Amino acid sequence: MTLLADTFPSASRQTAQPGDPGLAATPLRLIDADGHPGADPGRLELPPAPVLRELHRRMVLGRSFDVQATALAKQGRLAVYPSSRGQDACQVGAVLALRDQDWLFPTYRDSVAILTRGVDAPEALALLRGDWHCGYDPYQYRVAPHCTPLATSALHAVGFAHAATLKGEDLVALAMLGDGATSEGDTHEALNFAAVWKAPVVFLVQNNGYAISVPLAKQTAAPSLAAKGIGYGMPALLIDGNDAAAVYAAVRAGVERAASGAGPLLIEAVTYRAEPHTNADDDTRYRDRAEVAAWRARDPIARLAAYLSARGLLDEAGSAGLAEEAQRLAASVRERLSHDVSVDPGELFDHVYARPTAALRRQRAALLAEVADTEPGEDAR
Amino acid sequence: MTTALHSPAAAGSVLAGTAPAGTVLADTAPADAAPGPDAASPAPVTMAAALNRALAESLAADERVVVFGEDVATLGGVFRVTDGLAARFGPARVFDTPLAESGIVGTAIGMAMNGLVPVVEMQFDAFAYPAFEQVTSHLAKLRNRTRGRVSLPVVVRVPFGGGIGGVEHHSDSSEAYYAHTPGLRVVSPGTPADAYRLLRQSIECPDPVIFLEPKRRYWGKETVALTTDGPPIEQALIRRPGTNVTLIAYGGMVSTAVEAAEAAAGEGWDVEVVDLRSLSPLDEATLTESVRRTGRAVVVHEAQGFAGYGAEIAARLTEQCFYHLEAPVLRVTGLDIPYPPPYLEHFHLPSVDRILDAIASLEWE
Ligand SMILES: Cc1ncc(C[n+]2csc(CCOP(=O)(O)OP(=O)(O)O)c2C)c(N)n1
Ligand SMILES: [Mg+2]
Repeated sequence: MTLLADTFPSASRQTAQPGDPGLAATPLRLIDADGHPGADPGRLELPPAPVLRELHRRMVLGRSFDVQATALAKQGRLAVYPSSRGQDACQVGAVLALRDQDWLFPTYRDSVAILTRGVDAPEALALLRGDWHCGYDPYQYRVAPHCTPLATSALHAVGFAHAATLKGEDLVALAMLGDGATSEGDTHEALNFAAVWKAPVVFLVQNNGYAISVPLAKQTAAPSLAAKGIGYGMPALLIDGNDAAAVYAAVRAGVERAASGAGPLLIEAVTYRAEPHTNADDDTRYRDRAEVAAWRARDPIARLAAYLSARGLLDEAGSAGLAEEAQRLAASVRERLSHDVSVDPGELFDHVYARPTAALRRQRAALLAEVADTEPGEDAR
Repeated sequence: MTTALHSPAAAGSVLAGTAPAGTVLADTAPADAAPGPDAASPAPVTMAAALNRALAESLAADERVVVFGEDVATLGGVFRVTDGLAARFGPARVFDTPLAESGIVGTAIGMAMNGLVPVVEMQFDAFAYPAFEQVTSHLAKLRNRTRGRVSLPVVVRVPFGGGIGGVEHHSDSSEAYYAHTPGLRVVSPGTPADAYRLLRQSIECPDPVIFLEPKRRYWGKETVALTTDGPPIEQALIRRPGTNVTLIAYGGMVSTAVEAAEAAAGEGWDVEVVDLRSLSPLDEATLTESVRRTGRAVVVHEAQGFAGYGAEIAARLTEQCFYHLEAPVLRVTGLDIPYPPPYLEHFHLPSVDRILDAIASLEWE
């Protein structure tokens, strides 16, 4: 990838309309919605065939996981599930572009990204199931906990990455954000700190058009979210977020650039959330069905599958094998999350401080005594 | 009275004029008696200088320690607590940040996740509020959220409290916000010796610590050897032994409480002063032992009384010492008003006289 700092503005400017100040542009894309080579690749470099095939495979698996998790939420097996269906290319493309030593800072929406990073499915869903706030060891997978307070983890990514610079470590942090989250003060502070410190961070904004019910037009008057990079002295890319190849290429470029010491990159990926905000949301109150149907037709998986098939990189046997693998994953997720959750009330006190305080030890003993006194069958809650 | 925004010189002159800054007490507790290395000839030291030395020695002792915030590098902090550190330790260890408190605490969290030990400065109490979400939702919770896998040894230094003639938003006592949050430690020193010891202990502590520095005591001097020997971070100290009533204070009110105790002696009351040092966790053992002995308790703090930290102390003493109490637990606190302007702040702040009035009303028969 040959993207350099000074090529980013031109990359996004090259498709600007006459009279356009150069801020708004058509999203860059490597593969069009119908599976043909993209009309606006900018300087994005098409990933090699094995990467494209892996992007497709992981999207199929991620979708299967996502559909299963949505079903489990509807059955009450998960407390809540924010689906990323429709954003599959962002979830998978961004994570596969990371190197082993890099870190992912995901939001509540990014369970498929967490899964793609290698976290075991039940661990990835612990927060949303409700057995604990984070089910996996962040250091094992180099994945920060799912973050629900909007934009706050972008600052953690910047601090984490800057610490790597101070310690001389080769490591890049990927900060995930939603379009709504870009209105939060912490997004501004994170972009600014990262730019001033030249921190090795890639910011990926999944612009899915909505923050729950609020459309982007009520969120910002900026010509695009990528345009905000200019104010921070940070290069930015506006890309088609339903093109897994483009997401992969853009994030990879950002990782390489950041790792070279050139500083952060802001990427706005234009995509769409095909499901309601969560299983508890009723999106008919704010979204036209025709709009949803139109975006569902622009499915990121079908797009890459069409491209691969046309080039002999994916055949029927391959597709069938993959479908089977996806079914096995879903069945295992279903199976492993269908057991009743067993919890340890004593653990509530164990990790508040490095060592439980005297007061917490007393409360722990009192709670355990209360639990022990509870009649079998009686609900201790 | 000066009304300078945040000039340390102005703070100093106001202190000299109105606050009992000269009455910083000697570090008298038995546990403190162990002589330090240079105990032979200790020089007078201000709390600001003691804090500066704690930072310098922590930076020297542990290469993971980094110090950053607004104006902390070139200027040395608006209160000069970080004076000289950037020159001595260089820009990778001590640095100025963009002006954004959430950014400072948020990036400190990320740095701590990646193995550093950040010590950050909030310029003033009320200017720490933009960082509140990072402090309460992440700094306090990440260890618990990750079942102990992620430890955040971050120290957030907050110059706090009034009595310096500061204009609006420069004199808040914000301890209750933090003490209410599980996962945070909250400490506040009352003397230069304790400022040094508590800050070094806070930097070594694996838990996040909100370190509340009483601004009005920055320039008060104590002639004492600075040492980390002595009570652990979460232990309260009996600053003055007494038998009739326990006066409970922390931070900037410790000196005031000791002064009140001395004055009370003249009126026949033998007052014990407990310096809490750690507001969270609370050393209930030292506190309840004292109150069971004296049978009376008065809590003093600058912060507004309603839902203030003293309410928690009063409730715990009532729950745990009720049958030893001769009188209700009383509070001497700031008024339930927004912090007043400089010409009016003395009406708000607990004074020796108000403390004596409270002691006098404790059912003496
Ligand atoms: C600080 C904060 N405010 C409000 C919320 C409640 N909330 C959760 S998700 C959400 C919408 C976020 O939209 P966006 O950033 O576009 O991400 P998306 O859900 O579309 O992935 C809101 C308002 C929150 N989690 N955090
Ligand atoms: Mg959105």
